[in-house]
Amino acid sequence: MSNSDDRTQTVSGKAAEASSTDKPDGSSRGIIVLCFCIGLVVSLVFGWVVFPKLLYSRKQQPIDFNHNLHAGLVSNGCESCHFLRDDGTYSGTPKLAQCIDCHQDVQGNSPEEAKFVEQYVKKGIEVPWLVYARQPDCVFFSHAAHVKAAKMDCVTCHGDIGDSEHLKVYEQNRISGYSRDVEGASLIGFKKHTWDRMKMDDCSECHQKQKAVMGSVQTQKEGCFVCHK
Amino acid sequence: MKIDRRSFLSLGIGVAAGTAFSPLPWKLMDDVSIWTQNWPWTPVPAKGESTWVNSVCTLCPGSCGISVRKVDDRGVKIEGMKDHPVNQGGICSLGLAGLQLLYSPDRVKTPLKRAGKRGEGKWVSISWDQAISEVAGKLKELITGGQAHTVAGITGGGPNTLSRLFKRFLTAYGSPNFFNIPSIDDSYRLALQMMNGATPDATVGLDLENTDFILSFGCGLLDGWGSPVHMFKTNTAWRKTQARVIQIEPRLSRTAAKAYQWIPITPGSEGALALGIANVLITESLYRKDFVDNYTSGFEGVVNASGELQKGFKQHVLDNFSPKAVSELTGLDPAAITLLAREFAKAKAPIALFGRGQGKLPGSMDEALAIHALNMLMGAINQKGGIYALPTPDSQTWPVVPPDAVADSGVKEPRLDGASSDAYSRLNQLPPAVLSGKPYPLNALLVMEANPLYTMSNSKAVQEAFDKIPLVVSFSSFMDETAQNSDLILPNHIYLERQEDAPLPAGFSKPVISLSKAVFKPLHNTQHAGDTLILLAKGLGGSVAETLPWKDFEACLKQAMGDKMEPLQKTGYWVNTGAVFPDGKTTFTTPSGKFEFASSAFCPGFTPVKIEGDASYPLLLIPYDTMRLASGYAANPPFDTKILEETILLHQDGLIEINPKTAQSMGLSENDRVLLQTPRGQANVLIHLEEGIMPGVIALPRGLGHTAYDAYIAGKGVNLNGLTGPVADPISGLDAAWGIKAKLSKA
Repeated sequence: MSNSDDRTQTVSGKAAEASSTDKPDGSSRGIIVLCFCIGLVVSLVFGWVVFPKLLYSRKQQPIDFNHNLHAGLVSNGCESCHFLRDDGTYSGTPKLAQCIDCHQDVQGNSPEEAKFVEQYVKKGIEVPWLVYARQPDCVFFSHAAHVKAAKMDCVTCHGDIGDSEHLKVYEQNRISGYSRDVEGASLIGFKKHTWDRMKMDDCSECHQKQKAVMGSVQTQKEGCFVCHK
Repeated sequence: MKIDRRSFLSLGIGVAAGTAFSPLPWKLMDDVSIWTQNWPWTPVPAKGESTWVNSVCTLCPGSCGISVRKVDDRGVKIEGMKDHPVNQGGICSLGLAGLQLLYSPDRVKTPLKRAGKRGEGKWVSISWDQAISEVAGKLKELITGGQAHTVAGITGGGPNTLSRLFKRFLTAYGSPNFFNIPSIDDSYRLALQMMNGATPDATVGLDLENTDFILSFGCGLLDGWGSPVHMFKTNTAWRKTQARVIQIEPRLSRTAAKAYQWIPITPGSEGALALGIANVLITESLYRKDFVDNYTSGFEGVVNASGELQKGFKQHVLDNFSPKAVSELTGLDPAAITLLAREFAKAKAPIALFGRGQGKLPGSMDEALAIHALNMLMGAINQKGGIYALPTPDSQTWPVVPPDAVADSGVKEPRLDGASSDAYSRLNQLPPAVLSGKPYPLNALLVMEANPLYTMSNSKAVQEAFDKIPLVVSFSSFMDETAQNSDLILPNHIYLERQEDAPLPAGFSKPVISLSKAVFKPLHNTQHAGDTLILLAKGLGGSVAETLPWKDFEACLKQAMGDKMEPLQKTGYWVNTGAVFPDGKTTFTTPSGKFEFASSAFCPGFTPVKIEGDASYPLLLIPYDTMRLASGYAANPPFDTKILEETILLHQDGLIEINPKTAQSMGLSENDRVLLQTPRGQANVLIHLEEGIMPGVIALPRGLGHTAYDAYIAGKGVNLNGLTGPVADPISGLDAAWGIKAKLSKA
């Protein structure tokens, strides 16, 4: 019995010793706080400043298209070029065939137009436009339902791109592969305008408000399968 | 100042806190989850404007119209063509998955020449020029050696222009050995020829939409019989008109399950049942007397060659096929037979159909004649809701070129299958002839749109016969079993890449020609088999080249189609509205000038097909067909194999259907592994207990057990043809087997 008591004493004695030597003095406490602050600041800077830059690759559009200029020349607004096909599907970015109607040859003085005619029209190659508003493949989206049936304005989702004179840089998420315009410029989900972001919450925000007119064509019900077929 | 463990911990906590208050983890989590829902390697349809191209599906004899949706040059989906007379917008699972055949990575992409041993799978790519000159060179050698007749050609393409061109090529070359893949269609044509005086090249017309009582002797009406999608549409129509389908077969097939009544009878006794029904119809005077009296002969009596009056069909049936006698043969109650006959007679437009399952095999001619006699008794010939011979649309507008001396003597040689012409090819007799080398050895075999090495029964003997043929040339763009065992492959475009006419749809009421279009530009270095034949003819020169004078197949097709080509190109199909079936009265080409129940040459009787196997095989193995398995030239595309039930294929193992009672007596339970043995072969299978199969009978599906094509279908299940063998029919010489004896033992 005495032996075991002795051992217990020895162990607790060592523990007391150890804790007395590990106790931080003033200077080491400062270092600990400093380390915490350094860690905090570095990770905050990384998370808020460096990470967004790393997350998105920045790509220039092949041609710097002037929406403003073209919008003034066409008669039917956005739909002059971004139209709905006869079967109700949306044509998206115009094909070369549409551009060729006017741009068989260089029309003006713009070097971008010259580049377009030279590199694409003459060679008959489609322009590999980068689509800012492309939704993920798991999303079914019908322009006809929104523009025709619900009479929504293009601007509600796409903002004032129709008035722009230059195409902005296309920022592509390196992980998901989608455009930053869909995901929203603000990484914490802050948004001011309806067109600042085009994620699921933004869709459902409007769908929630207008429940009466929504719903899947097949089931006549609101829910996941309206968009995720 | 000292940096210790605590400082590091503190730094870590700081980093963790900072990270948690930055968007990094939350955004990453979101992005990764979006990424997982959009795997970049998951194929998604191309984006862009959809275009639709109408064509026709020639993967089976159904000849359904199809609409192919394309985005630019990429095919996205195949759907049924809305206004096509055959399928009216419907499509089957095979047709739907056709794009997987087109885009299969395992297609034969360029002409190939065997490099290793035959069947070893070693190939060298060769140019088309070399391929043509090699085959033409070998064929020329055979002409020089006086062996032109020792060449044979097999086609599974059905009666279309390409097949006719192939036959024309062989005839001009000097070979009598042109073979079609036989099917139930041969039996229908022969029955109509014997009893109704149709010409051998006529097509069978069935006005099924207007029938109200369908006595189906094992026909898989909803399992791929006839033109499958058309049959589904017709079945829907029958529901509305309350037409009754009576399904007579030993196994509860899909068709049986959906029928008004399912009557399981002793396998192989279908012909006897038909005659038993005939007996009741005659005894109770339920048949259409006016029709029988006015338009038929051989019913009351037959005058034989020596001028003596013999028993006619009536007396023959009355003497031998009383319900009691038939009851013993079929296992059915005599009262049930009588009742069935009365129901049949009561219907306004009854019809009796034959052809087990999808009608892959011609079957017994005795049985066909006995069943067709029921149609004769009810007057269901050449009238609404009946059966009739459709004239083949006239497309033989090709120039006549006299054969040279070689061809003239070559085509006069006997055929290897012993048949007098190619009207009814006895393909089942080809392997024994090749193996025995009699009447002469086969020196070269050309195979087009067919895979005989897989689809012919008694696979072992077929393989041995193939091994004996010095030159096998395949025109397949699929690496099927036959292509794999050939010496040269001259790949044809697949059906979506080539223009040709589709054969008339099987079992349809009107003659419809549909035009298959080149929906896609050929993906690989393949060539239309028609063009290949024309080039081969040019390579051979002489009268062969003169007989195939066209610059390409398109020119040949245009000439064959004549004024039909324009409507064909415009709408995709052409219906011979002029071919209205005559109202019971027409000029007949039978010897008596009437429909014949019997003649000095034949009388429908019942001779049981001699099924192989002795008493050591206690069970009966029968094949079955399902819409989810392609068992012809085309093998199952991956989509279709995915939808196979686990009662047909479990992982890599095929399942055999057996009645629980039979299984119990043998001590077998569900998914037990057993060795299945027949006189023709053996295989490992799993047990599937099925109440819907008669005790003592076991069933395997057609279409599995491939050893070629691709990794998605090869090595899955068992090829039924390796376990069965042909039985030559005494009347037609075609394969009459409907099953084989078998035994099971625990593996």
